[in-house]
Amino acid sequence: MENPTQHLTPEEQFQARIDADVRIEPKDWMPDAYRKTLIRQISQHAHSELVGMLPEGNWITRAPSLKRKSILLSKVQDEAGHGLYLYSAAETLGTTRDQMLADLHSGKAKYSSIFNYPTLSWADMGCVGWLVDGAAILNQVPLCRTSYGPYARAMVRVCKEESFHQRQGFEIMQTLCEGAESQKAMAQEALNRWWWPTLMMFGPKDEDSPNTAQSMNWRIKRFTNDELRQKFVDMMVPQAEFLGLTVPDEKVQWNEARQAYDYGEVNWDEFWAVVKGNGLCNRDRLGARVKAHEEGAWVREAAMAHAAKRAERELVAA
Amino acid sequence: MNQSEWPLWEVFIRSKQGLDHKHVGSLHAADAAMAIQNARDVYTRRQEGISIWVVESKHVHASNPDDAEAFFDPANDKVYRHPTFYQVPDSIKHM
Repeated sequence: MENPTQHLTPEEQFQARIDADVRIEPKDWMPDAYRKTLIRQISQHAHSELVGMLPEGNWITRAPSLKRKSILLSKVQDEAGHGLYLYSAAETLGTTRDQMLADLHSGKAKYSSIFNYPTLSWADMGCVGWLVDGAAILNQVPLCRTSYGPYARAMVRVCKEESFHQRQGFEIMQTLCEGAESQKAMAQEALNRWWWPTLMMFGPKDEDSPNTAQSMNWRIKRFTNDELRQKFVDMMVPQAEFLGLTVPDEKVQWNEARQAYDYGEVNWDEFWAVVKGNGLCNRDRLGARVKAHEEGAWVREAAMAHAAKRAERELVAA
Repeated sequence: MNQSEWPLWEVFIRSKQGLDHKHVGSLHAADAAMAIQNARDVYTRRQEGISIWVVESKHVHASNPDDAEAFFDPANDKVYRHPTFYQVPDSIKHM
């Protein structure tokens, strides 16, 4: 039987599978650039989960009740889990955990810039859940259908767990907004600080995002940065109104013709400054990661030595 | 692979009694006991399982995707292996 794909180059065959929505699995042939793009994106995503524990970990002991402490602890534990699912997915592409961590610690690999902003008040925990996790979910839901199988499967697990994160954040905001004037003011102040950095989470504008076209073509990405940013604004403005809070952007206005909210321009100078390492907390966050890794080295070595010793004993006994 | 890295393990979870163990992902651990404990923390935080298997990844042997066509082809033209291949008269019940 004549196979219509057999005259195609490997690249063309690969693209044909992508176009037919066939998932790519670890041992399948793939272009080097596809592999590299995925390793960069998945590891960056994993690093974001890992670093994302730091701003919240800061509040576990200070959360206002035992219930809030337990919830926050659980959320931070989920984030560690999400990081682990994602590192495993990246490892199926041929990189190693050590290599990825080394790239994070040296500053070569990036993580989401949102975690380079400080968490100053309890309302910030509300904003991180409601806004930051809300933005993350918009990014992540389409990734459940991304073309690389292990990444898509990891994202299904992540998304299942993430919706609790956003709801608990909204609940914190709602509780504050229904409380005393000073509590509502705290919520508004936190929203003022987090709104713009959250819009930056979707990445540069489409015209400044040179990789988007290729990633869409490979069906790694399903929506552009600006499409997702617009969705986010449309989702969040009514929620802020429900809470009785004001989004800190005078240009936010319903556009009847577009059936979407107009909104102001993100401060891209600030965006690039934080990406390049000059945000408020870049050095702190990376410093904390490196310290934890270095101070845990003896534990990792001891566990290996212990495992080797036990394996040897079992061999002798056998 | 780097010598300092803990070995990689594949994790299989039985979600409830009566179902198969299903592959859910992988993780690093120094030995099998630690792999099972880590698998519990990473993959069953919401009662996703009642039983865990771990297998060190290096022990998994897989078919080669490049040979998939030739390898799985022989089943392709044997439609008579499926019940729908056979015509059953309308008057015949319970078949």
